[in-house]
Amino acid sequence: MSVMSDDTSVAPPAGATRMQSLRLFAERRRSFWVVLSLLALFTAWEIAGRIPISFAFPTFLDTLAAFFEMVGDGTMIRAFFLTLQPLVLGVAISALLGIGIGIAMGLSDKLEWLFAPVFIVLQAAPMAALVPLVTFVYGIGLVAKTLAVIMLALPVIVLNSYKAVRHVNPSLVDMCRSFQGSRRQQIFRIIIPDASPVLFAGLRLGVAAGFIGVMLAELLITPTGIGDLITYHRSVANYAHMYAAVAAIIAASTVTLALLQWFETNVMRPEKRRS
Amino acid sequence: MNAAALANPALAKDEFDPASIVTNDPVVRVEAISKHYGATEALRSIDLQFERGKLTTLLGPSGCGKTTLLKIIAGLVPATSGRIVVNGRAVTGPGPERAFVFQDFALMPWATVMRNVAFGLELKGRGATERNRIARHYIEEVGLQGFEDKYPHELSGGMRQRVGIARAFSVNADVLLLDEPFSAVDEQNRRKFQEDLLRLVEMERKSFIFVTHSIEEAVYVSDRIVLLSPRPGRVSNVIEPRIDRTANPDDIRRDPGYLDVVEEIWQGLRHYAE
Repeated sequence: MSVMSDDTSVAPPAGATRMQSLRLFAERRRSFWVVLSLLALFTAWEIAGRIPISFAFPTFLDTLAAFFEMVGDGTMIRAFFLTLQPLVLGVAISALLGIGIGIAMGLSDKLEWLFAPVFIVLQAAPMAALVPLVTFVYGIGLVAKTLAVIMLALPVIVLNSYKAVRHVNPSLVDMCRSFQGSRRQQIFRIIIPDASPVLFAGLRLGVAAGFIGVMLAELLITPTGIGDLITYHRSVANYAHMYAAVAAIIAASTVTLALLQWFETNVMRPEKRRS
Repeated sequence: MNAAALANPALAKDEFDPASIVTNDPVVRVEAISKHYGATEALRSIDLQFERGKLTTLLGPSGCGKTTLLKIIAGLVPATSGRIVVNGRAVTGPGPERAFVFQDFALMPWATVMRNVAFGLELKGRGATERNRIARHYIEEVGLQGFEDKYPHELSGGMRQRVGIARAFSVNADVLLLDEPFSAVDEQNRRKFQEDLLRLVEMERKSFIFVTHSIEEAVYVSDRIVLLSPRPGRVSNVIEPRIDRTANPDDIRRDPGYLDVVEEIWQGLRHYAE
């Protein structure tokens, strides 16, 4: 590749310069590789659908068409509206509560003894097994589904926040003390900013777990929203529509995590934007 | 300054050392300080006085507790027994009359050079304009002008420690406590650093307590060297190098008086080396 471009730099034909500028673009823009990777995935999907590997496996283009049809007739939007309620509520509660409890556990040994065993057990427990119990107590409404989201998202957020605080650079804390910073200044100006990368990693894992929680709730408690679309279209053998619903929730989850990452690097840790 | 005058330490002492008049006014007094970590005895009954306006070095092999002693003086580590008196008052924690320079720099990676230098003032609630003005002054004094808006990871190790030193200066403390400040800096920059430190000592008229494990560094920068012996840490000797620092750095490093002191300290410490 480099040999070829060296040759063409003497007398570049039109095709070679296009190759070069494409390569330059690829080096500068990470999005190029994202698009390339997605293209490869969708092509493989399309080919697998055309073979077909199973009569219940639609092609990518069929799925895309089904997606736009469902967006067009409003079913997709209505489904997202229903799914996002327990999801946003659950993730918001988990984030606030989880970061709060996690930081408190990191700062205080007593709170660590109180909470750490609980959350370590909760994180290890297969939460899907507990979802029927939630239904038993809270019924099949929004409360039960929100609880399902919290059950999955909260432990990972708590434990990561706790670890984040425990791994704060001790010499930064000493530095703050040596300049007579108050405990409050120490927490808000040193500990939380220094912990924020791990804090955010926990938040991203928590949000991803929240998506799992809401899908479990919608598939195990009562079919509503995206879960309903999946269940219904599977039952009537409308596989393109079923896959479109599955793909839509995966895409929503991916975009949310990417936005979170963007927020972290641009708002919380400005130094990460450079170099 | 000719070499003959330098070779006679006593002579050099007489024309230097204007601060000898305040010997009875120690800026920091260490009184019977002991420190135990569980069953380990880190420091045993240390008594020391640090003269105002002087640079005193705590020197010793690893395990002699020199950093522990410095952190006890800083109020960052509690002593098991004994007390620290700063400006005539016993202290139990960090205070505005002392500022610390950390071995690993302790810079906030998310903050610019400017904010890092001004951080001590920020914690004291000074206004942004005032603290940036003070910070800018010390950024220039340590030779970092033009780097105000850089982040620590964009600087070399030596430049990062300059930020740490500027931060300690900007709070206008009487005593600067430096914990092996140059140990993470490469040899060439280290020498430049030592020369710059002497210039800052001259300009700022503050008291310095400096921890190092380098004999040459100690002799080169110190008015007084406290030798500590290890396990448990005790004061084994106090040496006044009496080097004339008005001479240029290269002459000082070749001065027989300087080399004699280095040798004397090495002879005192060599049996601790394995």
